[in-house]
Amino acid sequence: MNMIQALNSALDLMLERDSAVVVMGEDVGYYGGVFRVTDGLQRKYGEHRVLDTPIAEGGIVATAIGMAVNGLKPVAEVQFADYIYPAYDQIVSELARLRYRSAGEFTAPVTIRTPCGGGIRGGQTHSQSPEAIFAHVSGLKVVMPSNPCDAKGLLIAAIEAPDPVIFFEPKRLYNGPFDGDPDKPAVPWSTHPKGEVPDAYYRVPLGKAEVVRQGEQITLVTYGTMVHVCEAAARRLGLDAEIIDVRSMVPLDIETIAASVQRTGRCVVAHEATRFAGFGAELSASIQEHCFWSLEAPIQRVAGWDTPYPHAFEWEYFPGQVRVMRALEAAMEAQ
Amino acid sequence: MKPHSRLHIPQPPSRPGQPPDFSYLELSAAGGVPRPDVNARVRDLDFLASGLVRVLDEQHQAVGPWHPHLEPAELQVGLRHMLLTRIYDERMQRTQRQGRISFYMRSLGEEAVSVAQAMALRPGDMLFPSYRQQGLYMVRGRPLVDLMCQLLSNTRDMCRGRQLPVMYHWASGRIFSISGNLATQFPQAVGWAMAAALKGEDDIAATWIGEGASAEADFHHGMVFAAVYRAPVILNVVNNQWAISMFQGFAGGENRSFAARGLGYGVAGLRVDGNDFLAVYGATRWAAERARTGAGPTLVELVTYRGAAHSTSDDPARYRPRDDYERWPLGDPVERLKKHLIALGEWSEERHAALVSELGQLVTTSWKTAVGFGTLTDGPHLDPDLMFEDVFEEMPAHLERQRAELAAERRAGVAAGNT
Repeated sequence: MNMIQALNSALDLMLERDSAVVVMGEDVGYYGGVFRVTDGLQRKYGEHRVLDTPIAEGGIVATAIGMAVNGLKPVAEVQFADYIYPAYDQIVSELARLRYRSAGEFTAPVTIRTPCGGGIRGGQTHSQSPEAIFAHVSGLKVVMPSNPCDAKGLLIAAIEAPDPVIFFEPKRLYNGPFDGDPDKPAVPWSTHPKGEVPDAYYRVPLGKAEVVRQGEQITLVTYGTMVHVCEAAARRLGLDAEIIDVRSMVPLDIETIAASVQRTGRCVVAHEATRFAGFGAELSASIQEHCFWSLEAPIQRVAGWDTPYPHAFEWEYFPGQVRVMRALEAAMEAQ
Repeated sequence: MKPHSRLHIPQPPSRPGQPPDFSYLELSAAGGVPRPDVNARVRDLDFLASGLVRVLDEQHQAVGPWHPHLEPAELQVGLRHMLLTRIYDERMQRTQRQGRISFYMRSLGEEAVSVAQAMALRPGDMLFPSYRQQGLYMVRGRPLVDLMCQLLSNTRDMCRGRQLPVMYHWASGRIFSISGNLATQFPQAVGWAMAAALKGEDDIAATWIGEGASAEADFHHGMVFAAVYRAPVILNVVNNQWAISMFQGFAGGENRSFAARGLGYGVAGLRVDGNDFLAVYGATRWAAERARTGAGPTLVELVTYRGAAHSTSDDPARYRPRDDYERWPLGDPVERLKKHLIALGEWSEERHAALVSELGQLVTTSWKTAVGFGTLTDGPHLDPDLMFEDVFEEMPAHLERQRAELAAERRAGVAAGNT
């Protein structure tokens, strides 16, 4: 399966297994979503389970909260992560804190799915990766898969979670793994082991990172599209790098990350989002707190530049293999 | 001179030192507004948004088609709940002045809104209030001690010390948690109602915001979603004329009523005398029946007046005439229902005085009980460890670590002689 099919399979299974699950969002019903993630679901489960909504992200999240308070498990789609800001107050002040402020009497187990990231010529309004903004908010779980197999298992876990989850889908990965080189022919997920997705129900636990490649020389801590870029960059340098896919920003599996860095003594942190106060800053700080005496070199950060995502300079903006390779070299050189 | 554009700055009719002026208020005679069938089409209901539904006339008689014909015993219950709300408010305001609680918000003059509306709804209906509908708690019977413990953030605080005073919640009483951020509950109530309809249940939702908060995008979201899905919800805008220091003109109320906003969305808009217990009750019944029978949502503007300050943190004498409230043309909701009951021969000044005294006693004994569970300043205190609970259902490792850090910090503080 590609990632779209894997996500569709997760939604299909959950709609079937739990009558409280409803899918809602702009274009998700009759049309099946602009990226086809909800294709066929309304036909199968009806207009009351898979709802087209007005174009109002704040209204989508607010009504999802109300539905959740009334016993449903809404899976709301925000069509692009760039469009999530009209819902920001409802997410931060309401969704994230309802359990806390009511001492557990009211909860809102809402999952918000939203495609993120660039590399699709989306310009500055269809390319953003705002995960750090939500990871900063107490009360939200924040997830970003890097492959179809994880995407399905994480989405099922997110829907079943008793807490709200912001589920970021790197849209450049929907149809195939992408190693950061836009000039290479696209590769389908069928060529990748993580494109093997079981048809049946399974969960990938929230809060668990995955070591996607074991190595001894250096640790690359990353997530989303950058997992594949980092793999390619390490391969090009011939480094025996350990690559960790964070998968969950909140809760963060610092144990897995720290255990690796303590062993390798070197670390590069990479994400597509802007660098300043990005999630890489939290990763770097946490890693040095846990691993300072094991580090042989400063932690290097790879990120998008601290500018909006430009339409014409997409590949100069995107943290591609060269940027990762330079960071790896810097981390390997320093004594 | 050539016509030119001009930035209009809304001005309230009068400021401190000027005589109150309510000439802007459009009134209808009691009984003057027809009551349409609950299944009437929205396009035929325009007149409801410009008229003012009233039942009690100047002679304290109940008249016209919106008269809900309640038994005198029910009216007496309504009077009791309104009085209890008012006496509770007065006392809690005083305890704030004495430094026993940090903050308070009274609902003086608006008691009929929450009391009559809660009485007109069913116990299964879900309520999404703002911060000035404490009357809902009186009607649904939450013990005063519980409310007071919330105000005190003490060991019995329902919010476990996490919320400002008055931000109550009550899941089993079907009253949603008060946010403190304005208007957020408005579209949430719509979502709750959508779920009720989706599940085929009979319960409806009701929500309240102030006219000031109707300027928020959440108002628009609530209206659009309610209209699109014909959600079984009553959307109340409590127009108490003032949002802290800004009069209702700053929410866009100068040219059209707030009820009229419903029409643009295709939602029935109903303008009601919010100080007329019977009108509020009758209007809410009508809106509830519309919601329950699939006729859709209703936007209800409750025209009232905020008799007290916004909260204990502002002084209304600095932005409006001191005697504004006394000159409010729609009078006082408690007095009006009391005089109606007296006119019916079902009440007297003596009974009223006895009730005031009884409720005052209830507040006094409740307060004594509540402070026994601690105050913000005097123990017993809540365990600060509770801070880390309920962020998630299960505490993740980083919060466990921070909880341990706080424990160590407190031990170090004790060792260092901090109290």
